[in-house]
Amino acid sequence: MRVKFHQSLDELKEKLLVMAGLAEQAIQRSIEAYRTRDLSICELVFRSEPAINRLEREIDQMALDLLAMEQPMAIDLRFILSVIRINADLERVGDQAVNIAVRVREMGAFANVDLPVDIPKLASMSATMVRKALQAFIEADASLAESVLRMDGQVDAMNDAAFYALSSLIKEQPDQTPQALNALIIARNLERVGDHATNIAEDVIFWVRGADVRHGNTSTPAA
Amino acid sequence: MGVGIQVEHLNAWYGSTHTLQDINLHIPANHATALIGPSGCGKSTFVRCLNRMHETNPIARAEGVVKMGDIDVYKDASPVEIRRRVGMVFQRPNPFPTMSIYDNVVSGLKLNGFRNRRVLDETVERSLRQAALWEEVKDDLKKKSGASLSGGQQQRMCIARALAVDPEVLLMDEPASALDPVSTSKIEDLIFQLKSQYTIVIVTHNMQQAARVAENTGFFLNGKLVEFDSTHKIFTNPRDKRTEDYITGRFG
Repeated sequence: MRVKFHQSLDELKEKLLVMAGLAEQAIQRSIEAYRTRDLSICELVFRSEPAINRLEREIDQMALDLLAMEQPMAIDLRFILSVIRINADLERVGDQAVNIAVRVREMGAFANVDLPVDIPKLASMSATMVRKALQAFIEADASLAESVLRMDGQVDAMNDAAFYALSSLIKEQPDQTPQALNALIIARNLERVGDHATNIAEDVIFWVRGADVRHGNTSTPAA
Repeated sequence: MGVGIQVEHLNAWYGSTHTLQDINLHIPANHATALIGPSGCGKSTFVRCLNRMHETNPIARAEGVVKMGDIDVYKDASPVEIRRRVGMVFQRPNPFPTMSIYDNVVSGLKLNGFRNRRVLDETVERSLRQAALWEEVKDDLKKKSGASLSGGQQQRMCIARALAVDPEVLLMDEPASALDPVSTSKIEDLIFQLKSQYTIVIVTHNMQQAARVAENTGFFLNGKLVEFDSTHKIFTNPRDKRTEDYITGRFG
């Protein structure tokens, strides 16, 4: 038994879950900041970013060390590769949270207007995708991960609808352009969060089943 | 050129111990095939059955079919003939200590009655070149004994000795396990080059080595062939849980 190696894999997983918790919290806070227009919450998002970035580097280093020192095989190799990719996606989720918080701060400089887009609903859908993808990772549940993939289309559709609704608003009420543009970017950020959740779910499937389902691939096994 | 090896219902015993149980597999020609598994799993017994070395032990016996190309190893040829067709390299280099490098390399040929000096000279150069040792020893062929070479050089000399009789198959039983990383790397490079001319079967405990040199890998456990597949499949996504447990170190 390679006890030390398998303990290290457990530590790597725990560290990634800490990273996941921070990224998920950042996106939740940015959504809360949008909903309440509370700039102090934006500050919390900004302040969480260095910790996420630091963890990203630490996790990459741990994964690199395990690859170099332990020469993992099969499911362990797939696990470490998945952790490296999920780590990058979580860092990007953190970046999206920061982007949203920046837009919320921008919006604070303008009068509050009623926008024809349901950002909280889009946010809820994207956050659910992230939560489910991470749950699938925690439980090594490829079926749950597959359910995340099916949600991506809905988020994309909501983002497209937001784009058309806000484009029309800009044409019809140009004085609301700054608010509409900020909302447009936030919708785009949330759509990207959904994409990262999709990537995480694909990595869970790769880890658990050894199947590469990226880009809709269903035919070629990863290994 | 190498030949493919077809193994059907191969069983082997040491006394009453059933060490190989109903092994069936096809080893393709001109490929390197790795056999992995824990100590005592039967992988070395398996390769010793391929060249009928298993039966040199008085309490050992084997049953089943082993075909090398068109030849049924247990029916169509004598053990001596089979061992000429099937070269073998062992874990520790085993030079004849009192013989020169030259005589070590041609010892198999001489045993088979070859005496023509020109043929022997050509064979020594060809074999040592194939074993990537020629440049290092060409000036000392008859001056130095085989045992005076370094461990890595001795092992390559033993490979040259195996190649000198122009075999079709080369069996290697942990050929690099007693060697340093540089010598190991030379042996692995050699395997890569030799498989265009020979069918190579390599037993190894070093799974990274199996992954590096072999196109196909078989996993043995308790005398059974648990899984045989492309090396890529075995080391990234094996079908059998026992294979995965072994290669990920979750065994025992």
